[in-house]
This record gives sequence, structure tokens and C-alpha cells, in this order.
Amino acid sequence: MNDVSATTTNIVRARGLAKRYGSTVALDHVDFDIAAGRIVGLIGPNGAGKTTALKAILGLAEFEGELSVLGLDPRTQRTQLMQQVCFIADVAVLPRWLRVSEAVDFVAGVHPRFSREKCLAFLARTKLQPTQRVRELSKGMIVQLHLALVMAIDAKLLVLDEPTLGLDILYRKEFYQNLLNDYFDEQKTILVTTHQVEEIEHILTDLIFIKDGRLIVNASMDQIGERYAEVMVGPDKVEAARALKPLNERGIFGKTVFLFDGVPQAQLAQLGELHKPSVADLFVATMKGTYA
Amino acid sequence: MNAPSEIRQAAMTKSNPMQTFLWLLKREYWEHRGGFFWAPLIAGGVVIAIALLSLVVAEATAARHGINLGGMNLDTIAHNMTADQIAQFNAGLTVGLMALSIPIMVTLSFVVFFYLLGALYDDRRDRSVLFWKSLPVSDLDTVLSKVVAAVLVAPALAIAATIVLHLAFLILVSAYAGLHSVNPLPLLWNPAPLLAMWTKLILLIPLNALWALPTVGWLLLCSAFARSKPFLWAVAVPVAFGAVMGFTHLLQQLSIPSAWYWKNIVGRILFGVVPGGWFDIGGNGGIRALSTGDNVNIALDRFDLVNSLLSWNRILGALASPELWIGVAAGVALIVAAIAFRRHRVETSV
Repeated sequence: MNDVSATTTNIVRARGLAKRYGSTVALDHVDFDIAAGRIVGLIGPNGAGKTTALKAILGLAEFEGELSVLGLDPRTQRTQLMQQVCFIADVAVLPRWLRVSEAVDFVAGVHPRFSREKCLAFLARTKLQPTQRVRELSKGMIVQLHLALVMAIDAKLLVLDEPTLGLDILYRKEFYQNLLNDYFDEQKTILVTTHQVEEIEHILTDLIFIKDGRLIVNASMDQIGERYAEVMVGPDKVEAARALKPLNERGIFGKTVFLFDGVPQAQLAQLGELHKPSVADLFVATMKGTYA
Repeated sequence: MNAPSEIRQAAMTKSNPMQTFLWLLKREYWEHRGGFFWAPLIAGGVVIAIALLSLVVAEATAARHGINLGGMNLDTIAHNMTADQIAQFNAGLTVGLMALSIPIMVTLSFVVFFYLLGALYDDRRDRSVLFWKSLPVSDLDTVLSKVVAAVLVAPALAIAATIVLHLAFLILVSAYAGLHSVNPLPLLWNPAPLLAMWTKLILLIPLNALWALPTVGWLLLCSAFARSKPFLWAVAVPVAFGAVMGFTHLLQQLSIPSAWYWKNIVGRILFGVVPGGWFDIGGNGGIRALSTGDNVNIALDRFDLVNSLLSWNRILGALASPELWIGVAAGVALIVAAIAFRRHRVETSV
């Protein structure tokens, strides 16, 4: 995977990215690259620095260090950058007074890469009416509108910050399904933060865990599959498993599940049944002690 | 990527800055249709309602006391008037119509004041700023669109409402005259003075705009800067500063009278959006001169108050005054500061 990202141009390149609010360190000199055509999950507990990183990428906040997005500097070239970068921040950031038709007209008016036809086609699949105002819509419908606007923009990078927070499962599933089926292709890159890890882990190609302003994990899903493994161990081999320094252990049906980082899988297979750990389990294990 | 699609790409990514700006203005209008469009119309409607009520009361009173308004023939009166008298009547009519439009101008002042205070704050409070900032529109354009909406779009709509009010009032009075078999056409519907007045109102928009810039800049700066309560920032800071200066007599020590501070600083950064605020500066005979008894009498004698207030001399005097241009410079500086804050201040604490 590394050789692939080395040959393709990086959409985002960060070196020594840092930001502090007073005495709180939000980002502690992190380095990362995001290659084209990837779907990257930026996962971390509250206050870990996710939003700070996204804000820096989007040119919404100042920062220290080097950061280049699509070869542009977000500090000074935000306007050009936004022709190629789309952004859904949280649910319900569309202004409440805006009508559906006005939203389409406005984005069509100011965005050179917006396709009105595409947007109207997406809207036709929803119950949204052109004359409805955002304040009359449910949270789920607002997200449908926002997604229709964003998917109609031919952008290189889409940044999603908790895009499905507070939505019911039907809207959440539909959201990611639409993104995958009608939007994503090898020319596009998606960077997403969410707490609902379970729902996106099957669509991610890369994973970044962030904790206290530092990157704990930064790897492709394939690498994660190679590096981390879960083993279900019977009572007789528990001590042997513990000797290999697992990241985490939990009991289930009289057996113990251990999570290992970097232990050869052949060695683990002797202890018991091997699994690929879920992102959520990995997250919980690596973030242990965050709020303590 | 092959050649044709690259060309298409290049054509697609070319955005027209003028078109973007017009869309930004349209957005301001969509959001503030109530204040920009309906508020002046409603103010005018209230004026008309009061006028209508007065006529009804007058009619009822006249009927009760057996006063007959009929038989008075404006037609003959008009024929018997000298040219000077007709000019006086027109001037009087102009004064009357201008006075009628005061409620619209007061409404406009309030609307624009609060529009500016919220312009760079409300979208931060409801977080829709994150949507606006996700589009390829510069902060410069965004802030300038709000300046233009405040000093050109809103006043233009208020003047349109004023013209509608004037026409409605003339129709109302004509109908009343007609009811008493008086032909209102020759005197009331003389197009020249009406058109002259309306033209002047429209031409004064740019002067009012220049005069308003310190207020526009200050309110936008507070709006972009405040993490909560922009109104308090906008009003409390200059007032508190003035009060402290008053207690400590600091300004006096700099040989600046405190009245000067209140008039030229506080007045300019808070009340600049009131149309015609430049009346009493520059030029020969400002309101100060007018307020001496002599001049008022002369002005009233000639039914020339409005013409005197809105005379070209006075307008040119204002345009030539340093007060206006120092204010413009200060306003531009404040707007630049507002743009700087707009770039990175995305949150409010509410």
C-alpha cells in the first residue's frame, strides 16, 4: 500500500501540524499524508484534535507547521481551494431561512463545478420540495439536501465532520450508500470523522486514530488487518496470551478475547481462533484511559 | 485526461466574480426580505392608513358641523395662481411628501443597523457560516456584499417604498378631492416637482452611503469580532470609553471637548446609517444656520425647507467636507478589520 501512495499525488500533506488553544495542545506536530482515491476515517475521542485538523485543512483556522491541500495553502488560498474541496460539517449547518430552490440556485451561481442537473436528480429521489425552507425540514432531510448539493459538485476532496450525528439508522445507511454508489470514484478522496465507527468501517480504506493531539494509528485497512489481530483464547492458554503483551482483553462466553498489535499471526493462531478486530474494538483498546 | 475534457474543465472552473457578487447580494436579500422589502412598505402602509383615517375623521367632523367643502374649485384656484404661488405650492407639497416618508427612513435606519450587527454574527451563532465557508467565495466578497446590501440595496428598496407611498398618498388625496367634485389633476399631479424630488432621493443614496461607512465598518467589525452580544460591544464600548474620558477629563487635557467625542466619534459610528446625517456639516448654512430664527422664517416663507435642506450647495458642501472623507477612511479601515476577523473567527460562545 505504501508504494501505491508514494506514486500517486497526495491530496493532503501535513508536516509538523500543530495548534494550541491557550495551554491546551489540540494538535501536537503531526505528520500525515492522504492519497487520492482513498476514504480515510479520522477517529478519536472528543477533544482529541479531529475538528482542529479538519479546520486547518479547510482553511478555517490558523495553525503552525506545513500543510498543503491539493497543492494549495489553506491559510492563503481558501477560495481557490474550495472549488475543489467540499465540506459537510455536522448536521444542520444549512441556514434555517434558506429555501431548497434558493440553496440550489445559490450554489449553482457561485460554484463553477456544480451541476444543477445532478443535484436536481438527487433531490428528485427525496421528498424535498423546492419551496420548503430548511427550518421546515427534519434533520435527516436537511442532510439529504446538503448531500445532494455536495454530490453535485465535481470536487477532489470531500471532508465530512460527523455528517450523520443525530440521524436515525435509515438516513445514516442511505447517506453512506449514496456516497459510495453515486459519488465516490478513484478521482475523489473522502476524509470523514465520526463516532459511529461501526457504520463506516466497511467503506474505509485508511484509518487514522488521533488522541491528545497525536496520531496513534495511521494505516491502511489492509495494514491494520496484518498488524492487529484478535484471538479467542480458552482458559488454559490465558497466561500464555498475556505473556505476549496484548493491547486489551475482554471476557466472552467463558473465553477471553485478546487484542494484539504486531504479534505474528502464526504465533497467535496457536493460542486460539483468530479474528480481524473491528475498528470499534481497536478504538476502545487504543484509547484506553483517555477520560480517566 | 485528454485534451477536450481539459478544455472543458478549464471553462468550468472559471467563475465570474461579478456573477458571484450578484448572487451574494441576492442571498442577503433572500435572508432579509422582511427588513429590506416589507418593513419600509409596511411603514408606508401605516402612514397611508393614518392619512386615510384622518380624512375620514375630517369628513365626519365636517358633516357633523354642516361644513361644505364642495364648491371650492382647485381648478380655478390653479388658474388664478401666479407662477410664484404655484412654485410655493409645489415646494409645500414636496415638504409634505418628504415629511410623510420620515417613518420609512426611520425604519430603514433601524433595519440597516441591526442587519449590520447580525451580518457576520448570526451565521456564526447558528453555525451556517460553515456552509457558506464551504463554497468558493472569499471573505472579502462576503463582507463587501453585506456592505453593499446595507448602503445600496436596502436604501434603494426604501426609496422605492417611498415613491409608492407618495403615489398612494396623492391618489388618496385626489380621490378625496374628487369626492368633493374638485379636479386634483392640475396641481397635485404636476410631474416635474415629483420627479425632481425622487431623482434627488435616488442620487443621495451614494452620499448617504459614504456618510454611513464608519457606522457600517464599526457594526460589521463588532459583528465579526464578538463571541456573544454584538449589540453590547457596539454600543457599550464607545459609551463606556466616553464615560471614562468624561470622568478623568482626559479628552479635555488633550483640548478635545467631550461633546466633540460624542458627536464625531459615537455619533458617526452608531448613527451614520440614518439617511441625511450629513445635513449639518460643511457648506454654507447648515442646520445650525437654519435654526436661527431668521433663516427658518425665510425658509418657511418660501416653502423652501426641503429645497434648502437638500440643496445642491449643501450636498456639494458635504462632499467637500473633511468630516465625510475622514469618516470614509475610518470606515474602510474598520471594514478591513472586519474581513480579517471573518477569516478565522468561526465560533461564537452561545
